[in-house]
Amino acid sequence: MNFDFSEDQKFLRDEARKFLTAECTTQHVREVLNDDDTSHHEGVWKKVVEMGWLGTAIPEEHGGLGLGMLELCVIAEEMGRALAPVPFASTAYFFTEALKLAGSQAQQAAVFPGVVSGDVVGCYAASEGPGDPQVSKLTTTFDGDTLNGKKIPVTDGDVATHAVVLAKEGSGASLVLVDLTGDGVTRETVDTLEPTRSHAKITFNGAKAERLGEAGHGADLAAQLMDRVAVLIAFEQLGGASRCLDMATDYAKERYAFGRPIGGNQAIKHKLAEMYVKNEVARSNAYYGAWALSTDATELPEAAAAARLAASEAYWFASKENIQTHGGMGFTWEVDCHLFYRRAKLLAVQAGAPKVWKEKLVKALELKNAA
Amino acid sequence: MDFNDTPEEAEFRAEARAFLEKHLTLKSANKIATAEDRKNLLKRAKEWQDIKAQNGYAKITWPKELGGRDGTPMQQVIWGQEEGKFDAPTGPFAIGLGMCIPTVIAFGSDEHKKRYVQKALHGEEIWCQLFSEPSAGSDVAGLKTRAVKDGDDWVINGQKVWTSGAHYSDYGILLVRTDPKVPKHKGLTMFIVDMKQEGVEARPIHQASGGREFNEVYFTDVRIPDSDRLGEVGQGWKVALVTLMNERLAVGGSPGPDWAEIMNYAKDAGTMSDQAFREKLADWYVAAQGYKLTKFRTQTALSRGETPGPENSIGKIITANHLQDICNSAIEMQDHYGLINDPDAAPSDAIFQQSFMWAPGLRIAGGTDEILKNIIAERVLGLPQDVRVDKDVSFEELKQG
Ligand SMILES: Cc1cc2nc3c(=O)[nH]c(=O)nc-3n(C[C@H](O)[C@H](O)[C@H](O)COP(=O)(O)OP(=O)(O)OC[C@H]3O[C@@H](n4cnc5c(N)ncnc54)[C@H](O)[C@@H]3O)c2cc1C
Repeated sequence: MNFDFSEDQKFLRDEARKFLTAECTTQHVREVLNDDDTSHHEGVWKKVVEMGWLGTAIPEEHGGLGLGMLELCVIAEEMGRALAPVPFASTAYFFTEALKLAGSQAQQAAVFPGVVSGDVVGCYAASEGPGDPQVSKLTTTFDGDTLNGKKIPVTDGDVATHAVVLAKEGSGASLVLVDLTGDGVTRETVDTLEPTRSHAKITFNGAKAERLGEAGHGADLAAQLMDRVAVLIAFEQLGGASRCLDMATDYAKERYAFGRPIGGNQAIKHKLAEMYVKNEVARSNAYYGAWALSTDATELPEAAAAARLAASEAYWFASKENIQTHGGMGFTWEVDCHLFYRRAKLLAVQAGAPKVWKEKLVKALELKNAA
Repeated sequence: MDFNDTPEEAEFRAEARAFLEKHLTLKSANKIATAEDRKNLLKRAKEWQDIKAQNGYAKITWPKELGGRDGTPMQQVIWGQEEGKFDAPTGPFAIGLGMCIPTVIAFGSDEHKKRYVQKALHGEEIWCQLFSEPSAGSDVAGLKTRAVKDGDDWVINGQKVWTSGAHYSDYGILLVRTDPKVPKHKGLTMFIVDMKQEGVEARPIHQASGGREFNEVYFTDVRIPDSDRLGEVGQGWKVALVTLMNERLAVGGSPGPDWAEIMNYAKDAGTMSDQAFREKLADWYVAAQGYKLTKFRTQTALSRGETPGPENSIGKIITANHLQDICNSAIEMQDHYGLINDPDAAPSDAIFQQSFMWAPGLRIAGGTDEILKNIIAERVLGLPQDVRVDKDVSFEELKQG
């Protein structure tokens, strides 16, 4: 039994934590929050690029570090903990994994060196309106050469240089790669609950695009992509949820009411104990997801779903009860609690909301049970 | 990351497995013990315990001179996993070998160890834990059973309650008050007590679940020689903490139907298409995996020879509530018919109904949900203790009720 990260991976995690604690404070996050014209923190982004983390799971032949998914998972936990206000998840998880999953060697060779150097910033565009972006509902179309339609919201869509888009092609769907700096693309910033990660509405009007993988396989590829992304996002969620527990615990020890620390009251103690339990359930499920992802296990669909569901629940609970534990202070703009509440919601819905994943999980269990 | 045994672990697992196959049959799904099985349980349990002891499987981590095999904690885990797959009658020895005898080993004299350890290990003698009283459960240090010194003996008077297995036990570890004038934790002392002697009366309690596995135990002028004391006079609380620490290691899971059983039932019943049920099923799967995988993390630490982290403490809080919720849903899915408790008539041999009635006890035994949350809050998160009005007050002056 070896259900833990290796010493090297833990070292990487410690280094990432040290680096982000120094270079990506909530002050940095607030610089993006408080400036409507800023899509991300350029200074932090530059440093993250310099650390080489974008190439963590990109093969060496394309300029990456050629490490594995487990290494990317430990970095993800720290990025989540730091609330990094940069397009890391969009580029390193959604975009990179889409290309690894469905891109040809030539397509990978064309963009991966740029991802590693920071010249290519990626994003993933599926949503067009309320609800799960099912193929039958898509109105964005790809005709084999050009893309037409609207995607909203696209996380990091206004800073990205490239997008992977889920579009209708014929009676099915395809994943396509599009250069957002080319002709036929217009972008507007949209106002969201989570302004420390920018969001765009992207309109494609005959934009040049190329298919990733086979025509009509888009729905299948998107589902596989979401399994991979869900595990990585679960680590970001876990990082955020753990930090909420730390914040709430510290505050409960320092804040006095009725002559003693508020953390001496069971209503608070038990709330924080529940937070701890949910976080541990999320951690164990995330580790299993990491194992399945790193070994391409057939269990990946269930493992990813469980990781995502446990992490979404843990972060939601921790972020809302962290505000509650802080009382009126927790409801102010100046105290950091709301930053986590916002990020928790983004991460819970950006790769499919819990309801969608519950259904995916049960379908996977049924399939297994029938086999 | 991988889930494989190391070569040494695999070798031990194969050895354990071969031994178990020789002596027992594999558990079959949904098998409910018959009345005949239950009647013979004690006899079968004693026989099985003896076989294990003779072959060095009774206590893997204990030193050889005490009848163990000097094994690693990981080997103990592997043994538990493999034995759990077989129809092994282990229940009656869980408390004695899991909590009482480790306490005797930690605090007893050489004479005690010689007299009691082997007999318990070989299944000849059964032990019970006499801590809880009518007015002292979560707050067990508030107990009232008195011991008064008389020559070389102590004379015991009082009542214990919820004592699992007292009616068939030969010995018990007994926590009593020797000094009511000092604050409550300071006036306690621990003894070994012969349960078959004059003045000890165990009366089975009729449980909410219908069975009679635990007891009220009355002590009337029971004499215990001072030589059967465990630890110093007035140090009983320190001794009890060792017992309770072993209890936390012993309890964890809550045996009973899980997500797979309710899913099987739902398939048969044609309710898999119910959207609300599907969402709950997903939640149960995530919780069950969370518990199982957290144990894997603990085992990883053991396998590396490290001390496991505090994550282990989430076990019983998750599983007891989880079991109760699953059983409740299964019964409601059956509508009015769900009331039927007869294994011949109820779906899935009535496993949901039976566990439905056990689950409330699991949330109380071995530390209630509330006490376990307090423990996580105080010991893991470092939050302040509850307000205590009983700390520096002599026991006699404390309010009771
Ligand atoms: C199946 C079963 C087997 C058992 N076997 C044994 C045995 O073999 N030997 C033995 O000695 N005992 C045994 N017990 C007893 C068990 O340890 C106690 O029942 C348990 O510790 C709770 O004590 P109580 O019943 O007095 O409840 P109480 O302590 O009176 O608790 C009542 C309620 O108050 C809550 N409460 C109490 N204190 C606090 C607090 N500080 N903060 C918040 N809430 C609090 C509890 O959580 C509970 O909800 C067994 C119990 C069961 C159900």
